[in-house]
Amino acid sequence: MLMNLFAMFFLVGLVSFGGGYAMIPLIQEEVLNRHHWMEAGQLADIVAVAGMSPGPIATNIAVAVGYREAGWLGAALAALAVVLPSFVLILAAGKLFFRYRDNPRVAAAFYGLRAVVVGLIVYAAFSFARHAGMMTATPDWRTWCQLAIFAGSLFALIYLHKHPFVVILLSGLVGIALYG
Amino acid sequence: MSDKRKLLLSLFLSFLKMSPFTFGGGYALIPAIEREVVEKKRWLRDEEIADLFAVSGTVPGAVAVNSAAFIGFRIAGVTGAIAALLGICLPTFALMVVLSIFYVQFKDNPKIEAAFTAIRATVAALIAFAAIKVARASIVDFASGTLATAAALLLFTGLHPLWVVALGAAAGIMLVQFRSATGKRTKLKEKEPVFDYMI
Repeated sequence: MLMNLFAMFFLVGLVSFGGGYAMIPLIQEEVLNRHHWMEAGQLADIVAVAGMSPGPIATNIAVAVGYREAGWLGAALAALAVVLPSFVLILAAGKLFFRYRDNPRVAAAFYGLRAVVVGLIVYAAFSFARHAGMMTATPDWRTWCQLAIFAGSLFALIYLHKHPFVVILLSGLVGIALYG
Repeated sequence: MSDKRKLLLSLFLSFLKMSPFTFGGGYALIPAIEREVVEKKRWLRDEEIADLFAVSGTVPGAVAVNSAAFIGFRIAGVTGAIAALLGICLPTFALMVVLSIFYVQFKDNPKIEAAFTAIRATVAALIAFAAIKVARASIVDFASGTLATAAALLLFTGLHPLWVVALGAAAGIMLVQFRSATGKRTKLKEKEPVFDYMI
C-alpha cells in the first residue's frame, strides 16, 4: 500500500510538466482504475480541496490522497514522492540543464510536450466535470445550477481577473444558499 | 550557532514565510522570491536568479518548489537545498492535512455538501481556465494545435496519460526534424513561457 502510494506519486512528480492540473488524468488512472482506492466523486472533492489550499496542486493532491489512505505517514510519503524527482534532477542535472536548455532537440521535445499538456488539461476538465456529476443525460435543476456556476466562475477568472481563492469562496457561499 | 547553521536556518525561514502564498505552481511567487533572495538577503545576483528560475521552469514539478531547492543548493549545497525545500513545503503540507481532516469530518454535513456541489463546478472552471492559459502559450501553430487535439482524443479513447506525454515529446522532435528537412523552420520558444498562479 505505502509502496504503491510512493511509486505512483513518484511517477506523477517525474512527468509533472505543465503544472498539477495536467497530472489529473494520470492520478485518476492510477487511483481509480488501477488501485481502486476511492470513488471518482471522492477524488473530485480532493482535487477541489487541493485547488483551494495554497501549495502546488499535484503536491496537495498527493498529501490528501496519502492522508486518506494511510494517515500522516501516507501524506508525508506521498508528498516526498512528488517532490523527489525534481529535487534529484535539480541537484544532479542543474548544470546539464544549463548546457542542454538551448539544444534544438530538447527545445523540440518541449514544443511537443507543451502541446500535449494542453490536451491533458482539457481532458482533465472534462473528466472532472463528469465525475462531479455535471454531465448527466438527465440534468435536473442542481445540474443546471452547477453549469451556471461553471460559466460564472470562468467569467470571473478570465474577465474579472479574480483570484481563484476568492472565486472558490464565493462559489461555496452560493452553493450553501442554493443547495443548503 | 555556527555560520553554516545560521545560513541554513535563515534559508528555511525565508522560504517558510513565503510558502503560504504559493498558489498552484507558484509563478506568482517569483517576484517575492527575487525580492527576498536578491534584494533583502543578497544571497544571489539578479542575473543568477533569472537563470535559476528558467531551469526551475523546465524541470518537472512546481516552479516555486524547484526554485527553492535550486536556490538553497546554490547558496549552501545539498543541506541548503533540503532546508529551503522543507521551508517551502511544510506550511502548505500542514494546511493540506488540516483541510483533509476537516473534509473527512464534515463531508456529510449538509451545508458543506451544498458548498462542495458548487465548488466542484468552480474547480472544473479553474481547470478549463488553466487549459486556456497554457494553450495561449503553447499552441503556436497548426501542428501544435493538432497535437493538443490528438492528445485529448487519445485520452478519451483510454490511452494511458504516460503514453500521451511520451508521444508528445517524440512527436515534437519528429515534427521539428521533418520541417527542417523540408526547409521550413519551427518557431521554438526562446524563453520558457511564464504561467500564472494557476498551474
